[in-house]
Amino acid sequence: MILQRFLIRLLTMAITLLGVSVVVFVIIRVAPGNPIAMMLPPGATDADIERLKALYGLDKSILQQYGIWLSGVLQGDFGTSISLRQDVLGLVLNRLPATLELSIVALLIALLIGGPLAVIGAREQGTGIEAGIDVANGAALSIPDFLWGLALILLFGVLWPIFEISGRVSPRLDLPFATQFYLFESILRLRFDLTKDLISHMFMPALALALPLAAIISQLLKLSLKEVMTLDYVVLARVKGFSETQVILREALKNAALPALTLIGVQFTFLIGGTVIIERLFSYEGLGNMAIDAVINRDLPLIQGIVLVFALLFVTINLIVDMTYALLNPRLRHG
Amino acid sequence: MAEPRAVTRRGDARLWLAGGWLLLALLAAIFAPLIAPQDPLAQDLMFERLPPFWMQGSEPGFWLGTDSLGRDLLSRLIYGGRVAFIVAFAAASAACLVGSALGLIAGYFGGWPDRIVSRIVDVWMAFPPVLFAILLVAVFGTGLTSVIIAIAIIDWTRFCRVIRAEAMSQARMDYVENARIAGFGRIGIMLREVLPNVAPAIVALLSLEMGIAVIVEAILSFVNLSISTDDPTWGGIIAEGRLSIHQAWWILVFPLITLFLTVLSFSQFGEGLKNRFDPVMR
Repeated sequence: MILQRFLIRLLTMAITLLGVSVVVFVIIRVAPGNPIAMMLPPGATDADIERLKALYGLDKSILQQYGIWLSGVLQGDFGTSISLRQDVLGLVLNRLPATLELSIVALLIALLIGGPLAVIGAREQGTGIEAGIDVANGAALSIPDFLWGLALILLFGVLWPIFEISGRVSPRLDLPFATQFYLFESILRLRFDLTKDLISHMFMPALALALPLAAIISQLLKLSLKEVMTLDYVVLARVKGFSETQVILREALKNAALPALTLIGVQFTFLIGGTVIIERLFSYEGLGNMAIDAVINRDLPLIQGIVLVFALLFVTINLIVDMTYALLNPRLRHG
Repeated sequence: MAEPRAVTRRGDARLWLAGGWLLLALLAAIFAPLIAPQDPLAQDLMFERLPPFWMQGSEPGFWLGTDSLGRDLLSRLIYGGRVAFIVAFAAASAACLVGSALGLIAGYFGGWPDRIVSRIVDVWMAFPPVLFAILLVAVFGTGLTSVIIAIAIIDWTRFCRVIRAEAMSQARMDYVENARIAGFGRIGIMLREVLPNVAPAIVALLSLEMGIAVIVEAILSFVNLSISTDDPTWGGIIAEGRLSIHQAWWILVFPLITLFLTVLSFSQFGEGLKNRFDPVMR
């Protein structure tokens, strides 16, 4: 049952990715003006254009071009970046860890803010505290990450400058890292001086990304908790003399978390989508920042590679969430 | 029954406050040439980075101060509202039209129309929206029309997903079956019976989407990909403010407050309208 579900999901995932690759390909190729004009700096000669056309296979038909590109991608060859003159896959893999670290830290912050607020809201049902949490959630939800980022820059970058407002790490530091996962590696190597510097750069962009998600977690989990708290076994625990907080943490939370999980998974992909502009805002050297540069430089192979990696990330997260849900939900496990 | 009435009153206050700000900002944008104290494009290097009126060193007539080229901030904000509102109305309406139509068809008819539409929505959801917007504008070329088309192309799925689910649950209701027995055609039922019932959801989403469109336009002009760089836009002023943040904080603060209020108002206005028109909530 679960295996079958997994295989069907894997198939839809492949179709979605194929769809994404077609859409990107079509958008770039049917753009007014030929793609070579997009690639070359102004003032290029006709010979340059022809040479470049042959080099990138653009003298063939769109269908052939797509076939060549796709077969390359399937073998791990994403082509060569035009503006950076390097292997696209290498460039993307080099930047991806920075974006992943930022997204994971943001998710942790969102859970740390949203989780406790949900528990407090469920415990203080019908009081002014719950109403206050609802208003805060509403505000955090209506304001997008871009505006939170700007507000944070003013607050913690200018008014009370305790965090860095641009970059990923202070440029003067010597980095002993073997991977691009600077934050995780600095913790593993016990180089907490570097961890502190990295966090000081990462905190504001991560918080900006986290705030809308924190509101969603707090709202969904609270609703789910309230529902579970009327069930017999929770009432029984209360009768046994557990305090309300104990009842929530020990009994209600594990059953309330599951329904909230699916929606939080989808929202996490929105958070990752938000890294594109947030990285730009904080000059954080991740995949999103590189993507904007790629678009501005009209670097077609790089744009295609980055979009595909983002799409792969999104569908993988959805798959993981879906499978976790299926594995943890007894009704689906035995169904 | 004190509870629901209290809720309604709070909802009304929200509706009035949000609507009030939007009306004010819209009127300011429409009558910009009459209201703006200065020419929004006039540069004056003698007056660069003037602070707002309550601070030392401010100049009369430049209420919110000036930017690094000495252009009046208040006038630029008022004129920037023009681009923001045009994009909000045009892009959100286009996205609404396409998304609601496809969602209604997919949800009401089910079967293969639903499968095709849902698959396309899946593909769209796998794109990071901001990157998608930047890519489309880069391809179409900058300009107001490009920005509007790009936002509509990206955001129709928001309408489609919600309206599809709504239409699906409506299609199962008795009144739809009754209408069919009474001899109405499928398309007639969809337009005359189902559509009015999903309309409150469409209205709320439309207002929310206008706020989102304003933000996307601001993001595009922040990365310098919206309309021509000379015309004032809220995102353009923010980009300028981000650069001179340590010298002149007000260049960032005022457009930021304007955007906050506008986006918050659009979402609250939509919620308020939905509660007012939703028969169940009423």
